[in-house]
This record gives sequence, structure tokens and C-alpha cells, in this order.
Amino acid sequence: MPVENEPKSAGRLVETSPASLENREKVIDETVVEIKNDLDIIAARQKGRALAGALEFSPSELTLIATTISELARNIVLYAKRGEVTLRWIERGGLRGIMVRASDRGPGIEDVHRVLQGGYSTSRSLGLGLSGVKRLMDEFEIDSKPGSGTRVTVRKWVKR
Amino acid sequence: MEVPILKQGHYLIASIQSALSDNDLVQLRDSLVEQVGRQRSRGVIVDVTALDVMDSFATRTIRDITYMIRLRGAETVIVGIQPDVAFTMVQLGLKLEGVPTALDLEEGIAFLNKSAGPAGKDKNARGK
Repeated sequence: MPVENEPKSAGRLVETSPASLENREKVIDETVVEIKNDLDIIAARQKGRALAGALEFSPSELTLIATTISELARNIVLYAKRGEVTLRWIERGGLRGIMVRASDRGPGIEDVHRVLQGGYSTSRSLGLGLSGVKRLMDEFEIDSKPGSGTRVTVRKWVKR
Repeated sequence: MEVPILKQGHYLIASIQSALSDNDLVQLRDSLVEQVGRQRSRGVIVDVTALDVMDSFATRTIRDITYMIRLRGAETVIVGIQPDVAFTMVQLGLKLEGVPTALDLEEGIAFLNKSAGPAGKDKNARGK
């Protein structure tokens, strides 16, 4: 399987912002991938797969995570044109996992609840994106305001 | 990255070599739909063994390829979906309804020999 070789993380500790669950979360490593076109979608999911591999997720979880990143990054390209995907190695309360955050300053989502019910699509995507992603991950947060952009944050923990 | 399309008898074989961008997938769709007429092919095999991710866009484009080629009078079979990819597709609720699939290239050719009309009986597409 074609996976990009990532340089080993420097293991630096980054202070987290004091929002929601993040203030109880240690960030061991962080990578930000700029998303402007369909090639960046591939770059983001390959970097995410490499990070998830370093975290020792199972092979099928690696595919789940890479696919999740693909869906989130594509939403940026389709709806907002540009944005970024942040990938973090996180630890919280004896758990380690991956956080994926897709953020943009695009048009935002009018009705978040409807989008999460699935089958909803305003563009040429399948509308399965967000509802499917929500089902696959352990934690899912969405922050969206019409006119000021969207931020989707998901986390998946390594099973012990 | 462009996907090489090989002609073998009455069949076209598109063998995906690495991760494909959305544009690559659309290009593959368009060139298969065009070549199936130019080569007068009866069947198309799309080998996705090398794909480590099949997300909603890839799934939809693969489905479009199959339907469009069917409208052109030929049959398509998708081969080589990996176990982890199958797992993720099921978890995500991604469906390939009406799209024939087979384990690998060999099974894909066997499928076309049975289903792609008279091609199955002539010398170019010898079945087992």
C-alpha cells in the first residue's frame, strides 16, 4: 500500500487551547496540511495514515482514519475551496490517539443537525461524509456558522 | 497519475498503480467510456488492488464508470478491493450497488467470459 514516509516526530510538547476537552489533552506531535486542491486531499490522508501508524492503530483502523481524513479534506475543497487539516498525536487520561481537525473559512453549514443525519448534500458529494465520519470516530465535534466557516474535530483512541 | 489501460482481446484492463486524485479518477472514467467504443470492447476490468482508500468520491466514480460503460453496451467488473477497504466502506455505508466485483484479475476475466456476451466463446477470451 502506498504510504508516504514521514520523518519521525520530534516529540515536542505543544500547549493546547483551553477549549472543550482540549485543556485536558496533551499534544505530543502536530502536523498541519494546507488544503487547496484534490492533490492535498491525498497528502493529508497519507500523513494521517503515517501518524496513525506511529500510534500503532490496527491496519483496518488505519484505513478508517485515512478515509475519514479524505472525507473531511474533500469537504473543504468542495465547499470552502481552501482550508487546513491539523493532525495531532494526543494523550488524555492514560489514552493515546489521533485528533483530526478540518477547518476553513468557507460558507459554513446552515443546518448542522440535518447534515449529520446523512443523505444530505448541497454539492456534488454523497452527503454521507459527515454522518459516516461521526459513526467511525470515538469523538466528533462540529463548529460551524453560516458565513464564517466550519471546524470539524474528530478523535480516535488506540484500543488497549 | 494516469492509469494505464491495456487492451486484451475484447476486454480493457485498467490497472490502478497508486493513490488517485479526484481528477485522476474522473480522467479514468472518461477515457474508459471513450475507449470502450474505439476498441469495440465487450468488457472492462478495473483493478483497485493498489487503492488503500475508497472514499465516497472514489466509490461514486467507480459506480459511474460501471453504469456509463453499461450504457455503452459493455460490462464492467471491479477487482481487488482490499479487506480493510471493504471494512471501511461497510462502516461508512458506501455501496457499490449494481456493480459486479471479483476477487482478483483472474476471477474478473472469468466473470466477463461468462457475462460479457459472445466474447466468452471466441478465441480472444478463452475461459477455463
